Amino acid sequence: MPVIDLANPSRFLALTDRILPWLAGAAAFAFALGITQAYIAPDDYQQGATAKIMFIHVPAAWLGTFCWVLMSAAALGTLVWRHPLADVAAKAAAPIGAAFTLMCLVTGMLWGRPMWGTYWVWDARLTSVLVLFLMYLGVIALWRTIEEPSRAARVVAVLTLVGAINIPIIKFSVDWWNTLHQPAAVLRLSGSSIHPAILVPLLISIAAFTLLFLTLHLAAMRNEIMRRRVRTMLMMQADARA
Amino acid sequence: MMRLSSSDLGCVRGGRQVFHGLSFAVGASEALVVTGPNGVGKSSLLRLVAGLVRPAQGRLVLDGGDPELTIGEQAHYLGHQDALKPALSVRENLGFWTDFLGGAIGRAKDALAAVGLDGLAHLPATYLSAGQRRRLSLARLVAIERPIWLLDEPTSALDAAAQAMLAELMRTHLAGGGLILAATHGPIGLNGVKELRLESNR
Amino acid sequence: MTALSALLVRDIRLAVRVGGGALIGVLFFLIVVTLMPFAIGPDLALLSRIGPAILWLGALLANLLALDRLIAMDQEDGSLDLILMARAPLELAVAVKALAHWLTTGLPLVLAAPILGLLLNLDLAATGAVALTLLAGTPALTFIGLIGAALTVALRRGGLLLAVLVLPLTVPVLIFGVAASNAAIVGPVPFGAPFSILCALTLMSLVVGPLAAAIAVRQSLE
Repeated sequence: MPVIDLANPSRFLALTDRILPWLAGAAAFAFALGITQAYIAPDDYQQGATAKIMFIHVPAAWLGTFCWVLMSAAALGTLVWRHPLADVAAKAAAPIGAAFTLMCLVTGMLWGRPMWGTYWVWDARLTSVLVLFLMYLGVIALWRTIEEPSRAARVVAVLTLVGAINIPIIKFSVDWWNTLHQPAAVLRLSGSSIHPAILVPLLISIAAFTLLFLTLHLAAMRNEIMRRRVRTMLMMQADARA
Repeated sequence: MMRLSSSDLGCVRGGRQVFHGLSFAVGASEALVVTGPNGVGKSSLLRLVAGLVRPAQGRLVLDGGDPELTIGEQAHYLGHQDALKPALSVRENLGFWTDFLGGAIGRAKDALAAVGLDGLAHLPATYLSAGQRRRLSLARLVAIERPIWLLDEPTSALDAAAQAMLAELMRTHLAGGGLILAATHGPIGLNGVKELRLESNR
Repeated sequence: MTALSALLVRDIRLAVRVGGGALIGVLFFLIVVTLMPFAIGPDLALLSRIGPAILWLGALLANLLALDRLIAMDQEDGSLDLILMARAPLELAVAVKALAHWLTTGLPLVLAAPILGLLLNLDLAATGAVALTLLAGTPALTFIGLIGAALTVALRRGGLLLAVLVLPLTVPVLIFGVAASNAAIVGPVPFGAPFSILCALTLMSLVVGPLAAAIAVRQSLE
């Protein structure tokens, strides 16, 4: 189906109504698989079972940054191609991205306490993720402040694209600066440095969380389309009685 | 019997003497229409009676009212602005003013019906047209009983049907012994009103 | 509903629904605290020593938000005229508006402070002390700010001027708030002494604030 068909909200709603149950089911299955795999994975020889926080922490980090990339793509869709559903996608994504980033920060703090002795350090990786979280909240605040949806969309799109500079900083911060946070271990040019016994559950976990993200995002997009329809109906009701 | 009168009233706004030596009287069931060119001080006069501006000279006296209250506390002021919050619904806006200005509980609903907005009670005020917002402000006058009505250009933004509704509301108010002081450029739909014409100071 | 409780409910509703909502003050607080290590450096020992001061400064600045809209939002649409013509005294009406502001801006700052204390490596005792002093001191910040809001009500760009007017008046609150926090952490001054003075400042502001604000509002409407 060409992308242009998805531009029609009604067709989009019909499509999501069909896909959503399957997506949710796939996410549930992946979680079931991931949890069992994580359970039987071996403990770290230094940290013990604590290291298994990574099965939540790493996917949350990945999704927090991925979500901003998705919002940036949607921003381009709004500003450049004027795609009608682009701003719906952007608005729906922001709270989900903020939630995953917060999950990344909190699990990181819980992991850091036993590992480093402190809940928080102001090193490059942690600080840039915290700044990402603040930018998510700023975007959400901006969405709320401007009442009219299409004007809000354009303004937020500009902010999103400007903020996208933070994404490469997050990714490469552990390489560019001396940080307490461990260096890149999964996505490296020289291949992953993690043992398969840990890597496989980790990848399943990432897949499970990504499916969850997609499910939540599509559901949120549906809600936003409904919300806008309600708004239009309220406006029409006021006009009819003028 | 209630009577609002002034002797030698003067008003200064922004260092400028807007009017001086103004004397008028309005009794119960009477309406006084204030006319004159723009900038002559019609709005200032209404704000002065409402107690929002202090008179620079002269006196304002209310006979037959509640001696414990100021004139403003016994008056409704319908200014150029609507005093409506866009984020609140029609019902929430009117309900707040009814509670805050001492109206009886339950009159808000009847007031909305009287101005023809009862079908839109749940709607956020931001969706209303200018005429609907004006009518919601008028509902305030219906929901809360106060003897003196101070109306600044009450017919602005109202279509013919709404102006007829406003005239009816004013007639009811006068029949109940109230007073009306209205600043206006054109007719407001009442017969037998007294006129106070303000001339420019120059 | 009585007149003043209706006003309280309305102001809380508006604070939650309009603009960024009630939590934008907390967001600003979070950003200000995040900015500090960029300027001061990531030395955790240093940050935990000046942590109470950072939190107090952040709360002070975040509290200034929405203060310039506090009375201006009613002046702009004619609501203030009607509030003046109500039978409820203006002093009580502005006090109720300040209370609504504290509940929707100040109190969330107090609740957010412990989380930010984690970021600044404050231990449990320090965090508790800072939160308690903020709880006692943020009402003073709001009620003193109320005076500035009333003074600048009719101005277009009153925000910065309001900050200029209000911040010097809040200096005693800041001094005793930080002093009480530090007293709880390092001593030797007992916590009770500066904390009592902080509470006294708050109680004074609860009275002086609304009185001064009402006078200022009446003057500015002339």
